[in-house]
Amino acid sequence: MANIQSPLPGTFYHKPSPEEPPFKAPGDPVAVGDVIGLVEVMKTFIEIKSEVAGTFTAYAVEDAAPVTAGATLADLA
Amino acid sequence: MPITRLFIANRGEITVRIIRAAQGLGITTIQAYSEADADMLAVRMADESVCVGPAQAAQSYLNVEKMVAAATAARADGVHPGYGFLAESPAFARAVAEAGMAFVGPTADTIERMGDKVAARQAAEAAGVPVVPGSKGRVDGVDAAAAVAAEVGYPVMIKAAAGGGGKGIRIATNEADLRKMAPQAQAEAAAAFGDGGLYLERAVQSPRHIEVQIMGDGTDAVHFYERECSLQRRRQKVWEEAGANCLDEETRAHLCDTAVALARAVNYRGAGTLEYLYDPTTKEFFFIEMNTRIQVEHPVTEMITGTDLVQEMIRVCGGEKLSMTQSDITRTGHAIEVRLNAEDPLMQFMPWPGVVGALKIPEGEGIRFDHFLYEGYTIPPFYDSLLGKLIVHGTDRADAIARMSAALEELEIGGIKTTAPLHKALARDASVQADEFHTQWLEPWLDAGNLTTSANGGQT
Repeated sequence: MANIQSPLPGTFYHKPSPEEPPFKAPGDPVAVGDVIGLVEVMKTFIEIKSEVAGTFTAYAVEDAAPVTAGATLADLA
Repeated sequence: MPITRLFIANRGEITVRIIRAAQGLGITTIQAYSEADADMLAVRMADESVCVGPAQAAQSYLNVEKMVAAATAARADGVHPGYGFLAESPAFARAVAEAGMAFVGPTADTIERMGDKVAARQAAEAAGVPVVPGSKGRVDGVDAAAAVAAEVGYPVMIKAAAGGGGKGIRIATNEADLRKMAPQAQAEAAAAFGDGGLYLERAVQSPRHIEVQIMGDGTDAVHFYERECSLQRRRQKVWEEAGANCLDEETRAHLCDTAVALARAVNYRGAGTLEYLYDPTTKEFFFIEMNTRIQVEHPVTEMITGTDLVQEMIRVCGGEKLSMTQSDITRTGHAIEVRLNAEDPLMQFMPWPGVVGALKIPEGEGIRFDHFLYEGYTIPPFYDSLLGKLIVHGTDRADAIARMSAALEELEIGGIKTTAPLHKALARDASVQADEFHTQWLEPWLDAGNLTTSANGGQT
C-alpha cells in the first residue's frame, strides 16, 4: 500500500481536461513516472507523477477539490 | 448620485488600492471575499465584508448572480469590479445597473462594443485612431495582392483568408517577394482550407507595446499620457514605464489626442486604456484593443501626473463630471513599476504560494509599494500569483532605474520566492538601461540564460 502526495497546495484534477477520462482508473497499473493527476497552483498546471510502481486503487480526494501540500491524492496497492 | 457604499467585487492587491481610494473620499467600503480569502488584507481594512462563495473563482469572484446578490444585500450603491474576474463582463455591468447600483466602469454596451475586436477596430477607425493597415477583405490573385500590398505598406503579412492559427503565414518585404510568395500562399490555402483567398496585413516587426490612459465622464474625456509595457513574458507584462521615451512629442500628441477622440466618440465613462503596437523605425502606431477597466500598471501614470485615477473613476461613475480638464494634466519625470509575483524566476517561474515571513518594505520619496501582504499571511494557491507592485518615480528614466535598483535591494519578502531577482537583473541590463527592447525581447533574453548569469553575479 502506497500513496501519492501533493507537492504543492492547489486544486487537484483527476482528468487532463474536463472532457477526457481520468488519468487512472481502479485496477490500472502505475509505473514510476506515470501522471496520475494535475494540481493547479496559481493558474499553472503541474503534473503529478508517481514515484512508485503499483496498482491504482482510488483517488483520495474528489476531482477539482482544493488540496494542501502533503495531502494524499491517490492510493496504490 | 454620488457613491456612498462601495462594494468591491475582486481580491488581491487592487482591492487594497480601491479601499484606500474610497476611504479617502469618505465612502463606506464593503469587501467581497471567497472562503479562501477570509484572511486577506482588504477584508481587514474594509468597513464591512461578505463571503460570496467557495475558493473556486467560478463559484465566487466570477459568479455574477452571487456578486450582485451580495452587493444588494449589503445595500451598496456602487460596485467596483477591479481588473480581471468580472471587470469586463457586460453581463455583470448590466446586472449591477439593473439592480440600481452604479458600476464603476463604462456601460455594458460600451464594454460589449470595445470587447469585440471588429467593432472596436471600426470605432477606432471612425475616430481617426490608426489601426494595423490590411486588405478590406479577401484578395484573389497575385496582381490584386500586389496592389493591396502597395497600399498597406511593406513588410506585409500574407495569410489565408479562410484560415487561422498562423497556418501558411508569410512575410514579404517587397513586391518581388510578394509575387513569389502569394502563389505559394494561395496554393497552400487552397489545399488546407479549400479556399485560395488571401488576406494581407502590415507586419509590425519587433513592436513596442504602448498604451494610453484615458478617463471619461460619459460626455467629456481626457488622457493621462502613455505607458510603455514591452517587457512581457507569455503576454504578461512584467515591467512598465510612464512615459514612453521612444516617442517624440509630435507622435505622443497624436497618440494621446486620437485616444481621447475615441473615448469621446463612444461616450466613455470611467478609466480605460487603449493599447497600441508601435514601430519605432517608422514612428507609426496601430490600435490593437481597448481595456475598459483600471489596469494593474495604473500607478506609473499616477506617479508622473500626480492624480488618483481610482478616486477619479469612482467619482465619475457616481455621476460627477471630470474634476480636471486636459490642460490641468501635466507629466513630470519618469516612473517604473515592476510586478512582484509569487514565482521562482530561477525555476521556470514555478508558482510559490506559502506563508509570508518578515516583510521589509522600501520607503521614501518617490517610492510606492501596492500590495496585499502582511507577516504571517498565507497566500492561497487558487488565484494568480501577483503579490504587489513596486513603483518608483525619478527625475528621468536613468534616475528611475537607479531608484528601482535601490528599492529592490531594500525590499524583503520572507518565506516565499518572488520575481524580484528578475527585476534586479533587468535593472542592470544594458539593453534595458538603453531603452532598447520590444515585446519579443524578454523571452529570448531569459532563454539565453541571462537571468541565471546575472543572479550569479556574472558567472555562468
